Amino acid sequence: MSQPWAPLSSHAVLVARDDIDTDQIIPARFLTTTTRSGLGTHLFADWRYEADGAPSAVFELNAPASIGAQILVGGRNFGCGSSREHAPWALNDWGFRAVIASSFADIFRSNAHKNGVLTIALDAAVLQRAQDALRAYPSARITVDLAAQTVALADGTTASFTIDAFSKRCLLEGLDELGALLAELPAIEAWEAACAR
Amino acid sequence: MSGPRTLFEKVWESHVVRAGVDDAPSVLYVDLHLVHEVTSPQAFTVLRERGLKVRRPDRTVATMDHSTPTLPVGGRLNVIDPQAAKQLDALARSCAEHGIPLYGMGDDRRGIVHVIGPELGRTQPGMTIVCGDSHTSTHGAFGALAFGIGTSEVGHVLATQCLLQSRPKTMEVRIDGTLRPGVTAKDIILAVIAKIGVGGGTGHVIEYRGEAIRALDMEGRMTVCNMSIEAGARAGMIAPDMTTFAWLAGREQAPSGDAWRDAMTRWSELVTDAGATFDRSVTLNASEIAPMITWGTNPGMAIPVDGHVPAASPVPDSANERAWAYMGLEPGQQLLGQRVDVVFVGSCTNGRIDDLRAAAGVMKGRRVAAHTRMLVVPGSQSVKREAEREGLADIFRAAGAEWRESGCSMCIAMNGDTVASGQYAVSTSNRNFEGRQGKGARTLLASPLTAAASAIAGAVADPRSLL
Repeated sequence: MSQPWAPLSSHAVLVARDDIDTDQIIPARFLTTTTRSGLGTHLFADWRYEADGAPSAVFELNAPASIGAQILVGGRNFGCGSSREHAPWALNDWGFRAVIASSFADIFRSNAHKNGVLTIALDAAVLQRAQDALRAYPSARITVDLAAQTVALADGTTASFTIDAFSKRCLLEGLDELGALLAELPAIEAWEAACAR
Repeated sequence: MSGPRTLFEKVWESHVVRAGVDDAPSVLYVDLHLVHEVTSPQAFTVLRERGLKVRRPDRTVATMDHSTPTLPVGGRLNVIDPQAAKQLDALARSCAEHGIPLYGMGDDRRGIVHVIGPELGRTQPGMTIVCGDSHTSTHGAFGALAFGIGTSEVGHVLATQCLLQSRPKTMEVRIDGTLRPGVTAKDIILAVIAKIGVGGGTGHVIEYRGEAIRALDMEGRMTVCNMSIEAGARAGMIAPDMTTFAWLAGREQAPSGDAWRDAMTRWSELVTDAGATFDRSVTLNASEIAPMITWGTNPGMAIPVDGHVPAASPVPDSANERAWAYMGLEPGQQLLGQRVDVVFVGSCTNGRIDDLRAAAGVMKGRRVAAHTRMLVVPGSQSVKREAEREGLADIFRAAGAEWRESGCSMCIAMNGDTVASGQYAVSTSNRNFEGRQGKGARTLLASPLTAAASAIAGAVADPRSLL
């Protein structure tokens, strides 16, 4: 069960790297949990903390300007690697509600949308502009209009993005996919009977 | 009448309960749902919260592999990490509550989920197979449509036996010609990923075709399909043939008698029809593939074992720069001769009996270098018993390698088996991401042959020099 995805306007954190994999988003040693909560502490743990546990002085998430950011801007192929839903759980728990990149790994994108984390895929050139704008105006707000499928970047320009209609509807209405599937049970049972499964 | 169809289209279309429309994906039926301890607890919690039962425990199989230790203490496998122990207990309780067959600790059929599915004969051609694990693509080697899902979707399948899925695109990866000696299935897939990139297969289901794929045994085909996800593909598939049927015949849960004959007839139709088209097509020639090894921090950063790490280019490449720094390698350097601290043979990619035979063939009568630690971890308890029966375990132990109980082990480093920070590990596993084998660990992915040769040399070595 998730909440409808509310309009979003926030400053952003820029981690301008391609192929950010789920082992970076949340390393495997934190996957022994049996709940969904509290994973924000471990978000990007190996980039965020030094060997002695102190916060890294260079990792973007630790910059004072990152506090309270609800948007993460990455590179190409964000979320590649494992199927761990702990990745969007960790992003969500930290406070992120949208990730902007030029492409996303399939399983990550699916997992993110089921947890109220919107993935916004921009053309590579537009993403470059979004990154440049953030470098120029690090504290500027980015505004996302999911209904209109537009994002107003830190430099004031607006870009449109595509999203499949079902994901959009689920996010906007807080629609629960399990509920939708449970409503299909009569059809599923009939199909099983017809196919002898 | 439908026109010519690909293997993927045949399997997909035969599992659509309700076809997708513009604003709703298809309802896709799942024949087999594999479950392990790490990605399932929160899904069972949702079922409990909503008062739902597991609809088809007969189509669900559970095992314990990711967080399980591989080193027995006093003859017992003790789970030291209390969080991991709690997670394993949670799976055992959920399976008992819902009547799901569990191959748990102490069961002699336990093993890595993608090793035991086929081994038990549960994985069969034409099936849809899912698991909360990206390497579910492994099962596509049998002509199944098999893909990884998140924990929310694990809950969906437990409760309804179905998923909401948009239809992926298709991609043909054709490997023509014949592999040269010392070159294996692992080298094929590393060459494919190096060619198309770690996002090259995104949104697609790959079908591997061509002479070199047909010539692979089932273990090799599983290795290839296993790493489809490392190219970003939703799944990888290989059409079933006599090699597939011979491998499955007589397996514990495969059909038998008349049912086997009927199944063979059905399975024989699972081929891409002449004239069927793919959305994309890529071709490699097997004779041009060398033993491959990764130098960087994703599986696409792969080069021939006797090749050079990419040189610095006039245009700065931030990904390469990060990878050179993390890996402690110089731009343009050779990998041959690079010191190796750890060698890991195992995982759902290369932990099957044929992989262990290949490694043992290189190790026989030789010793692991004094400064190198070698860990050999069978993919399942069944693989372990077979390796012990064939004398492979003795070869590894005599060479100075550690011989362990089955599990994911050093591939995921959440079970006590880790590579120390700064160490170089040649691993037969599937991911060389930063920290994958332990914080600061430097992973070089390679075949079991290359791993074994490197263990003996204590440095990155070309297996062709030992054949």
